[in-house]
Amino acid sequence: MEIVSPIDYAKESVLAVQEYAQLAGRSVANVFAHPRYVSDTLQQADSIGVGSVPVVVLTGFFTGAVLALQSANSLARFGALSLTGQLVSLSMVRELGPVLTGLMVAGRNASGMASELGSMKVTEQIDAMRALGTDPTKKLVTPRVVATVIMLFFLTIISDLIGLCGGYMIAHFTLGLDTYQYWNTAYQSLVYADVFMGLTKPLLFGFVISTIGCFYGMNAHGGTQGVGRATTQAVVAASVVLLVVNLLYTRLLLSVFGMH
Amino acid sequence: MSITPPQPANGHEQERTIVFDDVAIAFDENVVLDGISFTLHKGETKILLGVAGSGKSTILKLALGLIKPDRGRVWVLGQEVTAMREEELSDLRRRIGMVFQESALFDSLTVRENVAYRLLEEHVSPEETEQRVREALRFVELEHTLDLLPSELSGGMRRRVAIARAIVTQPEVLLYDSPTGGLDPVTSTTIIELVVKQRDVYHTSALLVTHRLQDAFTMATHYFDTQANEMRPLPDNKVNLDTTFVILRDGKVIFDGTTLELARSRDEYIREYIS
Repeated sequence: MEIVSPIDYAKESVLAVQEYAQLAGRSVANVFAHPRYVSDTLQQADSIGVGSVPVVVLTGFFTGAVLALQSANSLARFGALSLTGQLVSLSMVRELGPVLTGLMVAGRNASGMASELGSMKVTEQIDAMRALGTDPTKKLVTPRVVATVIMLFFLTIISDLIGLCGGYMIAHFTLGLDTYQYWNTAYQSLVYADVFMGLTKPLLFGFVISTIGCFYGMNAHGGTQGVGRATTQAVVAASVVLLVVNLLYTRLLLSVFGMH
Repeated sequence: MSITPPQPANGHEQERTIVFDDVAIAFDENVVLDGISFTLHKGETKILLGVAGSGKSTILKLALGLIKPDRGRVWVLGQEVTAMREEELSDLRRRIGMVFQESALFDSLTVRENVAYRLLEEHVSPEETEQRVREALRFVELEHTLDLLPSELSGGMRRRVAIARAIVTQPEVLLYDSPTGGLDPVTSTTIIELVVKQRDVYHTSALLVTHRLQDAFTMATHYFDTQANEMRPLPDNKVNLDTTFVILRDGKVIFDGTTLELARSRDEYIREYIS
């Protein structure tokens, strides 16, 4: 294995961050520039959004269900079993819904973007696109970023709702909680800050996932092996960055809304 | 700072399509081109020869502005490519056709969509697009493949579709990157026939990269007979005067001249190369 000097490694890392920032910046700037590839964006929205519904529904349902099961065990010790709906609701909407949906979409779509664009890169299709007078960031990156940001927002809402349903199934059929009691506490416990936090996170996560997936794809090299490497790196990087962004953004919002 | 390409020393001005002036580029520590200078005139077909890794394909990418040189300047159709931003290059690239080494067809699009790509980007009407796509595919004799995907075509057919995609907008200059690389001799001749047809029918300026000497000499010694619709040898051992050669060695141009000058060259390396 080749040994890389720390200085070269640092230079490469800084360069990669700079290139990522440029790509991310251009992907946003392209939204306001012509030409706009609306049909490509809709196609990506279908692939990323509609295609991710089954995995998001399953993840949301089982997460909500296990959350109810675990929390009931603790709440029962304090005689607060009736608060199960509240706990599931707050956990799903504020944290688990956006994060787990983001991770699922990162696993499914960051890899898809990296492999698709990576294959195009190593077979010179990206160069061919440039040679034909098309900006690949406009044609390939921006539609994916826009589609992911929008669709992750709706996927998170679906995940939250399905998670609450999963929690309800356990709370009602296993724990014997009343339907009205579960849904009432689940609904009443949510305040504006919770909903704001839960619905703005997917916008950030969608941007992170798509730009990282596209970045690794657009910079793939080294044939099919390089495409495989880019795909793996994209999923790992997107997942880790998503969790880091989640922590920082949660801390920021808690300060803004004066929550603890 | 000069904003026009260097003028010919003899003052004789002929319209220049591509000018390379002292261009150098290195990838990491590997110097690929080191002070390359040559000119492609209007209507001329220049064949770039050299061993694998001598920087032939890099020259085409530099001409398109896909990569930037470390030193020197490149002018294409009167514009300095090396000083242009990516957005400005897009407009210039619409006037250039490029045939990539491995065709580089968009694998998720049909042959029709591949050939029509640039027309669709320019919002040409569907009727005109269909007509021009069919015309380009008829030129390469692949009109029957309209609805096929690139994966359903043979290597030679993919190369012909790539030529159709490059010529569909009737560009002012064509860049061929090893159009016969990896093909059998019969298919290679078919591709060279198309290049000769484009040269003799439309008189498009072209840079052609190849390491197959027989292709280069076929181009120099043949013409396209439009009435017979086939490539034929030039009579009386004549050569095509619009076809010239550049030979690269160790990142430098060691020959730039006509077929006859190449045949008369006394350079030992060149004589060995063309023998």
